[in-house]
Amino acid sequence: MDRTEEQRLKAQARRENAAAPRQRLIAEWPSRREFIQRVGVTALLAGGVGGLWAALRDPTGDRGKPVEPAFRLPDFRVPPPNGAKVLGIARGNQYEKMLAMAIGAVGGLAHYIRPGDVVLIKPNVAFDRSPKLGATTNPDVLAALIRMVRAAGAREVRVADNPIESPESCFVKSGIAAAARQAGAQVFLPSPQSFEILEVPQAKLIARWPFFWRPFRGVTKVIGIAPVKDHNLCQASMCTKNWYGLLGGRRNQFHQDIHGIIADLALMMSPTLVILDATRILMKNGPTGGDLSDVVAGHTLVAATDQIAADAYGYSELLGRKSDPPQYLFNAQARGLGNPDWRNVPLKEEQVG
Amino acid sequence: MSAGKIYFAKSPQGPNGVLAPWWLRALRITRIRVLAQAFFFALFVFLVYVTWFSRLAGYPVSLFLEVDPLVAVATTISTHTVYRHLIWSLVLIVPTLLLGRFFCNWICPYGTLHQFISWLFNTRRNIDKLALNRYRPIFQLKYIILLVFGVLAVFGMLQIGLLDPICIMYRTFATAIAPASDLAGLKFSPGTTHQREFYGAWFVGLVIVGLVGMNLVIPRFFCRVLCPLGAFLGVLSRFALWRIDRDLTRCTDCNLCLAHCEGASEPQAALRKSECFVCFNCLDDCPEHALSYRFLPLRKQPVSNGKLHGRPVISTQPETEVAWPALSRRRVLLTAVVGVLAYPFVRLSAAVGSKSFDKRAIRPPGSVAEPEFLERCIKCDQCIRVCPTNVLQPATLTQAGLEGLWTPVMDMRLGFCQLSCTLCSEVCPTGAIQKISVEKKLGLGPYAADGPIRVGTAFFNQGRCLPWAMETPCVVCEEVCPVSPKAIGTYDVQIKRWDGTMVILNKPYMRPELCIGCGICEHECPVADERAVYVTAVGESRSKDRSLLLRSKTT
Repeated sequence: MDRTEEQRLKAQARRENAAAPRQRLIAEWPSRREFIQRVGVTALLAGGVGGLWAALRDPTGDRGKPVEPAFRLPDFRVPPPNGAKVLGIARGNQYEKMLAMAIGAVGGLAHYIRPGDVVLIKPNVAFDRSPKLGATTNPDVLAALIRMVRAAGAREVRVADNPIESPESCFVKSGIAAAARQAGAQVFLPSPQSFEILEVPQAKLIARWPFFWRPFRGVTKVIGIAPVKDHNLCQASMCTKNWYGLLGGRRNQFHQDIHGIIADLALMMSPTLVILDATRILMKNGPTGGDLSDVVAGHTLVAATDQIAADAYGYSELLGRKSDPPQYLFNAQARGLGNPDWRNVPLKEEQVG
Repeated sequence: MSAGKIYFAKSPQGPNGVLAPWWLRALRITRIRVLAQAFFFALFVFLVYVTWFSRLAGYPVSLFLEVDPLVAVATTISTHTVYRHLIWSLVLIVPTLLLGRFFCNWICPYGTLHQFISWLFNTRRNIDKLALNRYRPIFQLKYIILLVFGVLAVFGMLQIGLLDPICIMYRTFATAIAPASDLAGLKFSPGTTHQREFYGAWFVGLVIVGLVGMNLVIPRFFCRVLCPLGAFLGVLSRFALWRIDRDLTRCTDCNLCLAHCEGASEPQAALRKSECFVCFNCLDDCPEHALSYRFLPLRKQPVSNGKLHGRPVISTQPETEVAWPALSRRRVLLTAVVGVLAYPFVRLSAAVGSKSFDKRAIRPPGSVAEPEFLERCIKCDQCIRVCPTNVLQPATLTQAGLEGLWTPVMDMRLGFCQLSCTLCSEVCPTGAIQKISVEKKLGLGPYAADGPIRVGTAFFNQGRCLPWAMETPCVVCEEVCPVSPKAIGTYDVQIKRWDGTMVILNKPYMRPELCIGCGICEHECPVADERAVYVTAVGESRSKDRSLLLRSKTT
């Protein structure tokens, strides 16, 4: 068959097909089973998508916003025993004995720490510095405190901070990690996953704020142990400012209202006890220091059940400042969080050893 | 060959030897090779994993770079010295001169990755495998790349790191895989408050995905076509005393030796010595036991009258060896010319010059002056991996041009240079960042006369500074400034704000003699997007070109 013949036959077939009736033949339909299956699957898909869309409908866009679960910190305070002082001030060089005296004056560790307690101790580990530079809590004092807390029956002792410089390095070079582990405490370093939103309902700046929450899971008692440091903006960094190290998020904004934030920190944390570590005092160039000439030996540890009174005492007696105590202490006092007039609170001071 | 020889092959046919028992066959050399590859790959990942402050513990974390002969040879060309541990490259150079390019298929973790991906995904029928593993002219490209890099190194421009497989592996782990693993909860970088980020990680990731993906087109594409280290080892292999040898009286030209030939080195004909990875797969695959790995095989077989050593020659391929890489002299010449031209084209692109340097190209402390830095840095990014604060970043094209692509620079928004940290200087294999002590970094003790190492200088942008421009207290910068006395001072003034309230403002200023450029002020500045205090490279102590002050404080 030559090419023109083939083309002729094709054209003829096309004409015939075009002229044929156009209704669908029975044979062209699928079987009933196949019909139901295919139409059913399509209908299910269409209906499913419609149903899902309806269930997820968000006309204002509010449903699609992230929901951040928030938590609140409990009050970790323990009512002091009768006759207990508010401040216990120990002078000397033997940290264990000094802690025993100072804490003894405010009621004794056995009163505050009960067998089975899970105790979080918050030192200041803000910087990647040798302990002798006075920018961080003295690791030997911390170790002594941990041993005493464990001896008081604590089931678990944790040490946590969210430093400004790289956490691992700060904990190692400040000596805090080694001291804490040797004394039998667990060290908690921050990670992106260890922050949760904390609600502090009355707070001015941190009513809702990311908080280093992970080490606080299951904690029953909290002890702050802060070095005494000069601070250009807020004059001094001691017990209340120490809680700053538990905040996450854009915490560098707080310097716009430094006294407001520290008063908020006093509201945020009601600790079982605070310890002022004045074994080394950072007199100037704080809060970082960096030179041995910035540091003096203070030979003092202060235990307190009122962190405001402790800070006020530290400001005038340990840093030796003659000026008015920092404004944040008065802001905290106005909220009923403590008494900056340390001269009128019961205290006991003693030379130890 | 004598009768009674033990054979390891899977299907011995013909020779009157003894098939080894199954356990001996299970331990045959190709299996041992796979174990070695798994070991070295695991060792590599382990070393990257421990390249971290709390895990260092004295491990030789840059080991693979220090034994990498290309790193050693290229830096020797560019600096005329062999830095610190690079002498260890001898442990690969000498065996390569004896055994051939065994590194590629026994040790190289990147080679192992490519082989594994090819094995897993490039499954083809046997007949297609033979075709895939034939030599192709494109395999010359790696020698061209090597030669261009070599010529550039002569001019003091070190570019081997762009394609050196060990550099690629370290860089990819540092900037792409480790942070991705952190995101997945496999803590490569523990104890960090923020997820680590790296500029251009997508591109580093794309390079490795692309190169690994090419295995589906050409098996071991990178190793055969691009690898400059393989090319260098290939050149050394030309002198190797051992090689795969083919017995012309046994070989039937069946080509089955090509089925799993990793290097595409044509063991079925004249073996291309420089292409052979010494994987020994051909020994396994040869049904005739015609192939063996031999000491000093003859370069030319003495065939006469169709007979070799009195036995008839069966193979139709009489040649058994091609020693040199297949690159003609004219191409070598042309390539050298390309390298000579590439040097001025790249160097004079106004990116790394003494006047054209980018203000944000801030080098880590301990870095040698920029021209020497570019002679040494192999872009392996080990410093970036070990940096605890995330401040070290692979440079982008804007910061350092093509020449400095992926070299380390500091971005103070992402991190800051921690005062008493010298980790980057510890891990640098080539001395681009020289090993320094904390005393040297801070200018203490015996280094008091030199003063601290400055990496740049901080500047205030008063128009964005809260106390200067917005009647708002702040000075986080002053608080965190780590030097004593602080390099940031404040003018303290009380003002009446727009709403009538009185406020004390501490307006910060720089004391430039004290600033070391660590950038913690910039990092902590709350003006998040464009910081009110920022560090630029000027004032760095490694270079007179970029100095700022006539006099700086020394201690």
